[in-house]
Amino acid sequence: MSEARTAVLARIRAQLARGSEAEAAAVADVAARLGRPTANLVPARGRVAGEACVAQFEAMARKVGTEVERLAGPEAIRPAVLAALRRHNLPMRLVRAADPLLEAAGLEAEPLLEVRTGVPEEADPTGLTVALAGIAETGTLLLASAAERPTLLAFLPETSLVVLPTEAIVGSYEEAWARLRGRPGWPPRSVNLITGPSRTGDIPPSIELGAHGPKRLILFLVDRVA
Amino acid sequence: MEPQSLAFRTRARRAIADPVIATAMQRLETGWQLGRARAAAALPEFDALRDAAVAIKNHALSHLDLYLEAFERRFAERGGVIHWARDAAEARAIALSICREAGAKTVTKSKSMVAEEIGLNPFLEASGLQVVETDLGEYVIQLAGEVPSHLVGPAVHMTRERIAELFAKAHGGPPKQESAALVAEARQVLRRRYLEADVGITGANFLIAETGSIVTVTNEGNAELTQGLPRIHLAITGIEKVVPTVEDAFTLLRLLARSATGQEFAGYTTFLTGPKRPEERDGPQAMHLILLDNGRSSMLGGAMREMLRCIRCGACMNHCPVYLATGGHAYGWVYVGPMGSVLTPQFVGIDKAWTLPNASTFCGRCEEVCPVRIPLPKLMRHWREEAHRRGLAPPTARAGLGLWGFLARRPRLYRLATRAAAALLGALGRRRGRFGRLPLAAGWTGSRDFPAPEGQTFAAQWRARRGGRP
Repeated sequence: MSEARTAVLARIRAQLARGSEAEAAAVADVAARLGRPTANLVPARGRVAGEACVAQFEAMARKVGTEVERLAGPEAIRPAVLAALRRHNLPMRLVRAADPLLEAAGLEAEPLLEVRTGVPEEADPTGLTVALAGIAETGTLLLASAAERPTLLAFLPETSLVVLPTEAIVGSYEEAWARLRGRPGWPPRSVNLITGPSRTGDIPPSIELGAHGPKRLILFLVDRVA
Repeated sequence: MEPQSLAFRTRARRAIADPVIATAMQRLETGWQLGRARAAAALPEFDALRDAAVAIKNHALSHLDLYLEAFERRFAERGGVIHWARDAAEARAIALSICREAGAKTVTKSKSMVAEEIGLNPFLEASGLQVVETDLGEYVIQLAGEVPSHLVGPAVHMTRERIAELFAKAHGGPPKQESAALVAEARQVLRRRYLEADVGITGANFLIAETGSIVTVTNEGNAELTQGLPRIHLAITGIEKVVPTVEDAFTLLRLLARSATGQEFAGYTTFLTGPKRPEERDGPQAMHLILLDNGRSSMLGGAMREMLRCIRCGACMNHCPVYLATGGHAYGWVYVGPMGSVLTPQFVGIDKAWTLPNASTFCGRCEEVCPVRIPLPKLMRHWREEAHRRGLAPPTARAGLGLWGFLARRPRLYRLATRAAAALLGALGRRRGRFGRLPLAAGWTGSRDFPAPEGQTFAAQWRARRGGRP
């Protein structure tokens, strides 16, 4: 281990100056806290459930500029994606995650749509991926990296399309994280909490969308996902 | 960066006369200051969350060594490489060697105050690297060759016209008029930079001991492209950023954006745990983290420990009457506003920054809005005392304070002196009831009249009301 490491840790310990008795208690404290992560205060608006939770999520997501469309079932994904591209006058071309939900959507069967799976490139106008949770507290999406879900899909293209099963909407960030905890490979390399499209206030006087990330965030809330 | 804080008075005077700064500061008041008030009012638990945040940070700081070790273990298990740095020079050298080993030519960077603190950009540039800031505000001030004037909005002092000129000069073409066109232009230019870069440098808002993750927060999504596109991700942050669990980070995140800009949550909050995994198709091949001390550890044992709770939201400056009059550049170093007045003396030495803790009316608004309840006025007072002990203030100020101190410790003499002064001023100003000019009080009378005292001193009136009892 490096000299700097030893020095910094020694300086910290000298300043904290815990006695030997306090030291044992401190070690036990830290082990306990790390061994059993527990939620701190969760605001009431994060403690909602059922249809109220979905309604709050939708309202909050719209408030931050996410376009939200609720679909009756996975079979509606394909027409909804096409309609969204047409509505925004976007090129009929997208790159998507190899997520089972999107594999089953049958986008490739669409004659006028060019679909590729994998990592987006500079020229790709639209990315389509799947979120693992929606957080009603602030209308936030939780995305996580995986072999079949490249992170860049939701960051590089100018338009980001995201599919979220309605059943994955929860009240709080803590609940959303709890859905990840303990899965194989947990925690994923990259967990992205996304609240609306990319924005900047750095060039006055207005807030502009699409600073670096997507200019447009379109969310498909899908009911009846098995 | 060489601190210019001793010139605060001159720089402040210049700034106050600058209408561009006045307009920018007004924007802060109607934007972020009001935004924070609205966001706090919309969340009934806001103050209770602040208490919880204080408890989390206090706990983390009093176990800092243990949490850093736990973090380091997890971070390494996930394939991250950790580098400890005692000071700025060590951190810069590590960053350069990582870039050199990667054979880097271009480095993209998302906003990092720690990188500003150690002067990373000029150092890497002097070593032949091209460094490109990607946060739009940082990019603008990089083009202008300036330093941030605000913790969250580094270019808050700039007008759109100035930005348009800078862009036209750097990118070619005629200056654009609309914000949207300027943002689109920057997007296009910086897009190329992300793809060319060999190393992406980010800061970290939090480190999570439980998982070995680092957390970045942006609204633009530039951190994700900065670390997600190049081969190497280098994060740099201070040792005080570690918190125990993901849940603890969520509590702090609930406060961060609300306190900073009035948003309920920032656009992008990302938890990163290690480099690209074998089965993955994107992500950096290597992830490095520089953990910087630079004097932070020495703050743990004394009054300054509370400052280590700071989550860099900027609420203190958005609410500071002095900052809102002078803007950030008057402070003369990297950290500005009330938090800067506490941190700058710590980092550059009180002898080079004793002016800053004096740049406060002690109105207390900074402490009132601080999400982690840092007693900023108390900490500024600590530095004032230290400056006085070391005899740093000019002789006239010291003599004045000395005289006042001498009188204040002798109540009888004090009453006599104030009575005499009140009687004299009262007699002299009887005709007009006010003074347009007063010797030794030009700072007051320069912009308003000084009222002539009428009748008894406060102490005498008090005594009279209480029936002769003091």
